[in-house]
Amino acid sequence: MGFLSWGNYPHIKSKIFRFDKPERLKRIIAENTDLIPFGNGRSYGDSALSKNIIETRKMNYFLAFDEDKGEIRVQAGVLLSEILELVVPKGWFLKVTPGTKLITVGGAIAADVHGKNHHVAGCFSESVISFSLMMGDGKVKICTKNQNKELFRATCGGMGLTGVITEATLSLTPIKSKTIHQTTIKTQNLKETFEAFETYRDTPYSVAWIDCLAKGDALGRCLLMVGDFSNDGDLSYSNKWRLNIPFSFPSFTLNYASIKLLNFGYFQKTIGRITQQKVSIDTFFYPLDFVDNWNRVYGKNGFTQYQCILPKEASYEGYERILAKIADAGKGSFLAILKLCGAENENYLSFPMEGYSLALDFKIEDDLFALLDSLDEIVAEYGGRVYLAKDVRVSRDNFEKGYPKVTLFRALRKKYNLTQGFSSLQSKRVGI
Amino acid sequence: MASVLIIGATSDIAKATARVYAEEGFDLILASRRSEALDAFATDLNIRTGRSVDRVDFDVLDYSSHDAFYETLASRPEGVIVAVGYLGDQEKAQSDFEESQKIVDTNYTGIVSILNIISNDFEERRSGFIIGISSVAGDRGRKSNYVYGSSKAALTTYLSGLRNRLFESGVHVLTVKPGFVATKMTEKMDLPERLTAQPEEVAKAIYHAQKTGKNVLYTKGLWKWIMLTIKNIPEWKFKRMSI
Ligand SMILES: Cc1cc2nc3c(=O)[nH]c(=O)nc-3n(C[C@H](O)[C@H](O)[C@H](O)COP(=O)(O)OP(=O)(O)OC[C@H]3O[C@@H](n4cnc5c(N)ncnc54)[C@H](O)[C@@H]3O)c2cc1C
Ligand SMILES: NC(=O)c1ccc[n+]([C@@H]2O[C@H](COP(=O)([O-])OP(=O)(O)OC[C@H]3O[C@@H](n4cnc5c(N)ncnc54)[C@H](OP(=O)(O)O)[C@@H]3O)[C@@H](O)[C@H]2O)c1
Repeated sequence: MGFLSWGNYPHIKSKIFRFDKPERLKRIIAENTDLIPFGNGRSYGDSALSKNIIETRKMNYFLAFDEDKGEIRVQAGVLLSEILELVVPKGWFLKVTPGTKLITVGGAIAADVHGKNHHVAGCFSESVISFSLMMGDGKVKICTKNQNKELFRATCGGMGLTGVITEATLSLTPIKSKTIHQTTIKTQNLKETFEAFETYRDTPYSVAWIDCLAKGDALGRCLLMVGDFSNDGDLSYSNKWRLNIPFSFPSFTLNYASIKLLNFGYFQKTIGRITQQKVSIDTFFYPLDFVDNWNRVYGKNGFTQYQCILPKEASYEGYERILAKIADAGKGSFLAILKLCGAENENYLSFPMEGYSLALDFKIEDDLFALLDSLDEIVAEYGGRVYLAKDVRVSRDNFEKGYPKVTLFRALRKKYNLTQGFSSLQSKRVGI
Repeated sequence: MASVLIIGATSDIAKATARVYAEEGFDLILASRRSEALDAFATDLNIRTGRSVDRVDFDVLDYSSHDAFYETLASRPEGVIVAVGYLGDQEKAQSDFEESQKIVDTNYTGIVSILNIISNDFEERRSGFIIGISSVAGDRGRKSNYVYGSSKAALTTYLSGLRNRLFESGVHVLTVKPGFVATKMTEKMDLPERLTAQPEEVAKAIYHAQKTGKNVLYTKGLWKWIMLTIKNIPEWKFKRMSI
């Protein structure tokens, strides 16, 4: 039996371990090596893939909800979407949410995910009051920012390599509406794009969709969307009907021309330079969740997402080179997202640093990895890094350049005797 | 608020069904012989749906306790779902009568005992619904599970008669015949993926069937056609087969 990550690449055979009680999980961990927890498979690459996979999604009970304080305790397999269904009508929202709500709390902690508000709110770990972690000896450790501090810092962003997160207590943020006031700014080039981000940096949520195939003078043109919750008091919220792409598209449908069309269409849709919209939580935060299995449009060979971050001072120069390289290669996707990130946290392997992050999808094809390697070189040159939750191919060398705290992570894995018990294809490749 | 009594509530099918009914606005009474095992489940349902979720002890084989069990429920349920079942070990049952008896009594005798009590109450109130989970295994006896299968056949017949009797009182009886379902009961078996339902799928089908007044529900639906074919195989041929 095989599990796939979101990129549908690679395909491997794994043994799947399921459990319904902690005692059973304990036994699985005690009796096997090369285990990796699997959440909802929304990581793009090989972070959650290994010879032996522990399925955590069914461990999905709500344990407590304090409506007055905005604190929720859940088992790690609960999806963010399930939390939202419960808390939004009560006037609460996640402090940090990624661009999909279809991930588990365990996966959110393990990748220390970030959202459109990283520059003001930081990573997911900022909302984690505590979590329980089952490690190699089957004992459960409770971790907070102060208690078992080093395990907290290693596990948030640690990609499942410190053990299985079994439950977590999260603190929520109050909201007064299910509606977001959005402002869309259309820019003409990369310089304007960065200027627009700075102009709106006090707005809590922001993200730019870059037309990554635009060249020359138009390189880096974007639609920047910024927004904040409205105050209208309407909190009605429920899961919307979704489209489903039932089978893998033949891979030729996603050729250069169709990508170009999609990108162009998205860009042209907005007429004025600055426009205002009122949009729902799902439209603003989770536009891709409307279509189930949209990842299948890339066909059977699968795809990957390249997400990197560059320090702020280097961003303009660095992205000019990166975008030009991608445009020249004639590869790229209708997903090219630029985000502003705030200061780096103390976790050993968290991705964000003060600067700008860029993410693009690429169909898997023969000459792709060479192109991505050459992007890695640029990223390393400017002191940036790539995001493990999206990655399926980065070299150990380039990974280490981006993550200097990896030595602390390795030492911790050794100290707690975790190196045999937990590993993923990714951890073996990058040597963690 | 209307409530639903779920008997055999630790069953995976029962849990998934409980969730659907709570989401649809019913309070729940979860009856099982291990009600402490339902603590976390009940808390979860209560947080998710805001519905009250009670737990009560119940053993389907302890017949003499059934009257008192039903009498002392905090409220009269609007509907009842019986998910209790025991697959047992066919080979063991062939040589060990105790195993056969446990299969028959869990799947049939005990359920007759409790449903007699509940159906009298519903008939008197002239309202309510009764959902019994039987099995496709009751549609034809096969050498691999005929003790279990015959107890389910008896249950199917009981439910059919009950439906006939209660029709006049406006009480609806639904017979559920699952094919393969991925639950605790079948976790050691290697089930064919295309013919195997998830408990959540069964739960939704049950709710929908009850709401629309369906009498017999096969789930997955294609089991209806599979069983029709199997039932139509002549006995002289069937006895020579291994299916
Ligand atoms: C459309 C889309 C948009 C996205 N947008 C963003 C974004 O804006 N920002 C962002 O940061 N990410 C984003 N992501 C990536 C996604 O949020 C992360 O990959 C997340 O980790 C996926 O969680 P999951 O539950 O699906 O876990 P999986 O993908 O199954 O696993 C991811 C990692 O978490 C580990 N893990 C899972 N459960 C546990 C557990 N219980 N205990 C320990 N480790 C565990 C796994 O071992 C693995 O290393 C996006 C993904 C998609 C598909
Ligand atoms: N899974 C399938 O493929 C399948 C197919 C056709 C029909 N069915 C039927 O579906 C129903 C639900 O089964 P399931 O698949 O969900 O399996 P399950 O999880 O094993 O459920 C069986 C349930 O019966 C309960 N039970 C057994 N003996 C009992 C007793 N003496 N008193 C009270 N409760 C008792 C069990 O309680 P404990 O938890 O305490 O043991 C458990 O809750 C059963 O009637 C089964 O026959 C299942």
